[in-house]
Amino acid sequence: MTVAAEQASAVRARGLTPVWACSAVAFLLVSLAIGVLAGPIDLGVGGVLESAGARLHIPGMTTSLSSTEEAILWEIRVPRVILAALVGAMLALAGATYQGVFRNPLADPYLLGVAAGAGLGATIAIAYLPEGLRGQRSLPVAAFVGGAVAVMLTYAVGRSARRERDAATLVLAGVTVAAFFTAWQTFVQQQNSETLQQVYSWILGNIPSTGWSDVVLILPYVAVATVVILALRRVVDVLSLGDDEAATLGVDVRRVRLALVVAATLGTAAAVAVSGLIGFVGIIVPHAIRLLTGVGYRALLPLSVIIGAGFLVLADVVARTALSPAEIPLGVVTAFFGAPFFALVLRTTRGGAA
Amino acid sequence: MSAIELRGVSVQLGGRTVVDRIDAAVADGEWLALIGPNGAGKTTLLRAICGLVPFAGSISLGGRSIAQLRRVELARLIAVVPQEPSTPPWMTAGEYVLLGRTPHLGPLAKEGRRDREAAARALARLDLLGYEERRLGTLSGGEKQRVVVARALAQEARIVLLDEPTAALDIGHQQQAFDLLDLLRAESGLTLVAAMHDLTLAAQYADRMVLLDAGRVAADGVPHDVLTEALIGSHFGASIDVVPVGDRLAVIPRRVTSRTP
Repeated sequence: MTVAAEQASAVRARGLTPVWACSAVAFLLVSLAIGVLAGPIDLGVGGVLESAGARLHIPGMTTSLSSTEEAILWEIRVPRVILAALVGAMLALAGATYQGVFRNPLADPYLLGVAAGAGLGATIAIAYLPEGLRGQRSLPVAAFVGGAVAVMLTYAVGRSARRERDAATLVLAGVTVAAFFTAWQTFVQQQNSETLQQVYSWILGNIPSTGWSDVVLILPYVAVATVVILALRRVVDVLSLGDDEAATLGVDVRRVRLALVVAATLGTAAAVAVSGLIGFVGIIVPHAIRLLTGVGYRALLPLSVIIGAGFLVLADVVARTALSPAEIPLGVVTAFFGAPFFALVLRTTRGGAA
Repeated sequence: MSAIELRGVSVQLGGRTVVDRIDAAVADGEWLALIGPNGAGKTTLLRAICGLVPFAGSISLGGRSIAQLRRVELARLIAVVPQEPSTPPWMTAGEYVLLGRTPHLGPLAKEGRRDREAAARALARLDLLGYEERRLGTLSGGEKQRVVVARALAQEARIVLLDEPTAALDIGHQQQAFDLLDLLRAESGLTLVAAMHDLTLAAQYADRMVLLDAGRVAADGVPHDVLTEALIGSHFGASIDVVPVGDRLAVIPRRVTSRTP
């Protein structure tokens, strides 16, 4: 059919256009650069570039930084920036995925009880672990276990319901499990009031300066989650038609949803484990991209990864420099700057793309 | 061999038998109208045929039992135009029609040239060329309906199930939609099964009618045999006149109460 041959080029699914992909990557690179350069000790652009060149064994490059400055750069700043990028990418991606899978624009990465479970895990670790085991190593592990247990419980409760095909059942199960875990956490906290300060600062969220260990801890989860979700990004567009229509288009809805939700949730649990509860990223980043570009999930999901990473790196720069040497909780920064920005996006795009 | 063959098909929903031991067959290229009062089981029967609800008995398509088909294989045989399709407002018409190619793609694949050609053919058939980049949120009810049918055509299935496909359309758009479906059927040899409320419209287009009531087949035959004052009167609880217009039938409701002064 000649008509088809001619017209086929007009029929396209808006994937990642070069303009948006390049803009997003540029935003991320600028954010990373700011993240590495900003801090109480000025390392200088030249110093950082020379040090990086030396580390990459580029001939003729030698570092002009002192050994202390080298340590600050490579053991504190760079890992912290990378950790912020990983957490931001994961939260934004998980938020966008949940919004698609549950067809709910208000879905956030904590929808299925991850936050409450991780909070309980962290609180128990802070309250009950003996002094020697407490601290930076055990807290993320306890939070991750708590988050994972909460989500498995959400699944068990959701599946036991008779209308298990229904995505809304899973969300309700998440609310139930979150309420239960939150009550438990409040009880433990109230019984051990000396832990309040520590639990509270964990809940507000921050990116720790713990070197590479946290990066190594969450990288596998974030990497697997990202690969799984991005591989299925076209199917998320199909799911946005609803379960029945997706099924009549040949999609095994339950299996695909399970894969997507497990990937998003495990990644979120890993992110929450190292950074605490950072709100807003999972909702604001995907919606801002949607409002600005009007794209479907197949472009929204990869863009969320890139923009989410850059956004959280910048937010972390503000958190550690605005009141330096004190740190502002990262969750406060993301909401404090994210909310006005989002209001602006809403205002400028009204009646537009969305 | 029949395009669709139903043997003793029953569906239970919430402990209630909604479809009750139905036997029926649809010939290749036939237009079958499913008629019946609200709650007769029309939608549920359609949902059973496209594999959305579990059923007892057997349903086979071209001799293959659908119990043995994977979901993706079923989707290559049957396309569905739902009663209330979801049309995400941010999606473009081109993207939406391309979703019809899903059963022909692997779960990880993206659309290739053949898929875009199939989508372009479907858009052309529904007179929607130039709409590729229009967002669904900006389309009128009639345009949306055509886009939904285009998606079903892009699926390139031999059987199309339609559930009240034109309930939201005015009389002119209803007529255009059905004329078009009839044309597509003639050109492509599609088999159409449509649940329809408008009996006159059903009589205009359908080769055959199955009247469902309380989940059972109350009548099955050509419109002249099914659309009788007695059958429609008793199963719909309606007072009607069936009037021949040319070689087709029209169903006209008759007012029972007298006009009060």
